[in-house]
Amino acid sequence: MDWLVDWIASLQIPYLTEPEARFLSHLIFASIIAVAAPGMLIILTWLERKIIGRIQNRIGPNRAGPFGLFQAIADMIKMFTKEDITPANADRVVYNIAPGLAVISSILVFAVIPFVPGFIGADLSVGILYVVAVGGFGTLAILMAGWSSNNKYALLGAFRVVAMLLTYEIPMVMALIIVTMVAGSMSMAQIVEAQSSMWYIFTMPLVFLIFFLAGVAETGRSPFDLIEAESEIIAGFHTEYSGIKFGMFMIGEYVHMLALAFLSAVLFLGGWQIPFIDITQFPGLVSAILGFLSISLKTFLFVFIMMWFRGTLPRFRIDHLQNIGWKFLVPLSLVLLVAVAFVVRLFAPGSSSAVPVVPGALSALGAPGEAVALLAANLLVLAGTVSFVSRMARRSKNRQLRAVAAVEPVPAK
Amino acid sequence: MPFEIPFVQIVWWAMTACAIGGAIGVVSSNNLFHSALFLVLSLFGVAGYYVLLSAGFLAVVQLMVYIGAIVILVLFAIMFSRRMMKPTEDEMNRQWLVSVIVAAALFSWLIVVVNSVSWPVTSAAPTADTVLQLGLAFLGSYLIPFLVVGVLLSAALIGAIFLAREKVEAEEI
Amino acid sequence: MLPIPLSWWLTVSAALFSIGVFGALSRRNAIGILMGIELVLNAVNVNLVAFWRYVIPANVEGQIFALIVISVAAAEAAVGLAIVIAVYRRRHSAAVEELDILKH
Repeated sequence: MDWLVDWIASLQIPYLTEPEARFLSHLIFASIIAVAAPGMLIILTWLERKIIGRIQNRIGPNRAGPFGLFQAIADMIKMFTKEDITPANADRVVYNIAPGLAVISSILVFAVIPFVPGFIGADLSVGILYVVAVGGFGTLAILMAGWSSNNKYALLGAFRVVAMLLTYEIPMVMALIIVTMVAGSMSMAQIVEAQSSMWYIFTMPLVFLIFFLAGVAETGRSPFDLIEAESEIIAGFHTEYSGIKFGMFMIGEYVHMLALAFLSAVLFLGGWQIPFIDITQFPGLVSAILGFLSISLKTFLFVFIMMWFRGTLPRFRIDHLQNIGWKFLVPLSLVLLVAVAFVVRLFAPGSSSAVPVVPGALSALGAPGEAVALLAANLLVLAGTVSFVSRMARRSKNRQLRAVAAVEPVPAK
Repeated sequence: MPFEIPFVQIVWWAMTACAIGGAIGVVSSNNLFHSALFLVLSLFGVAGYYVLLSAGFLAVVQLMVYIGAIVILVLFAIMFSRRMMKPTEDEMNRQWLVSVIVAAALFSWLIVVVNSVSWPVTSAAPTADTVLQLGLAFLGSYLIPFLVVGVLLSAALIGAIFLAREKVEAEEI
Repeated sequence: MLPIPLSWWLTVSAALFSIGVFGALSRRNAIGILMGIELVLNAVNVNLVAFWRYVIPANVEGQIFALIVISVAAAEAAVGLAIVIAVYRRRHSAAVEELDILKH
């Protein structure tokens, strides 16, 4: 966003020199994001209802406006004019802070997303870690809501969010470490640059799968919507919330979903890159428009996949989720980490003066060779996992059958 | 740049308000859950300090480990070990007055020490890429401490699971 | 010259340390004591990083020590909270002054 800084500085307004202009441009960018991201709620809820409707062989909203587009606006008006209830024995301050924190935590992620070439809120050298760090605030918000509502079901939802945090956080961080290792940087902009030859989803499909599953669990959406499982604990952590505060939780959830889709696009689908075309060669505005179209398309692909999940998959049971996390995703991501580290080491360029690494054995093969080797390593780990899991599944099924046979005598013929 | 220095100082004062105010909240609040939330505020202020001290990596790690993990565990333990919305009882023990005196004495003594020593301050700036430097140091001269921390964390993980586990007959399904 | 003198950092750190010590000494509940100790560790970290920045910014030792302190704090919190939960399960209280079973 340097052009914005330059432009503001060139206006020659008194007391508005370069540092102030930089501060101002960040403020403008932050305000745009803070308005636009919740504004996406209108489109996302409409999209979700339409898609789920089609999946369930319905039409979905079609009364208000063309294609029912204004339905979401009507819903929002309804929600914001509803009575705002605070339970009598609630912990008032915490109860009122929690919805705001939920929204803030999901909006904060957008600070490190490179939307178009050269345009990023803050190109932190620790961008990936920042994403994980602000994710913690979302969990905190849910905990606060669950505790302060003074409601058993809300508290159960809060317990569940901690159990889920412990489950998804480790595989997610492992997947992010793998991406960092291959890209050689934690900065989001540089990760996008590193994917100019090949997107990581093609070289590391398994890593993407781990990241995406963990990410969906973090957003608390179906099939991992245990924290608000309506058939078990009414509405989970937001049982007692109504009106605009419930709306804020909803905004938080949808913005979180959008942020996860953006992150997946940036980390695994090359962000603003378009295959076979180097958009940075075009003049600024054209490349910006092309890049934004590209990243939006990828983002909506992931949004669609998440809605598709919701339309088709039943909810996980909490112990199933824990099992999948601790007994499957954590070991798998550890094995992948070692395998990818090995491959990266084989192809280490070794030319950087700051890092005294020995040139890799296969560095002559270059980037295509590394892509193929990464893919091979991923597929190898996948094959090993599938064969191991199927063997374990067969064994446990046999054991169950034996147990059933031992308890129930075979009915007489 | 006449703007630069006061601006940093404004941020510093804001972060100090967070850190110290949060810390006072932690020790003085009668509701343990509020204490933990004040701890979040205090840790956030300390993370802001790290940013001002150009240790961005540490700031993010602070947010991730403390707020993302430790405080959440603390909140979980509080939710687990207290009945909801129990009428707040006195959270201080009988020796709180002695504690105040000890803490005040400690603070004044530390202030005297801090102001009586002339620290060898340099105005050099840190190298641009501290993350790279950290990585090299952890896998170079600090390899043994790094491994020891890894062993400590695994031991803590296993120990915590063992301690907190309910002694029930494991039912294999 | 850096905009904030080193002594400011050390003063803040001393204040955090003292508040943490007070919390650890005066709380009845074990979790409260643990939170006081976290404050103490944070005060130490602020000191380490401030000295790193102002005295030897060329090396990263200060940050390394701080990172190790954070890891140890994480391990301490995990084990400490596990002990609190185990004790609570048995005695339905996390107040440390009631844990005097060895005295009687």
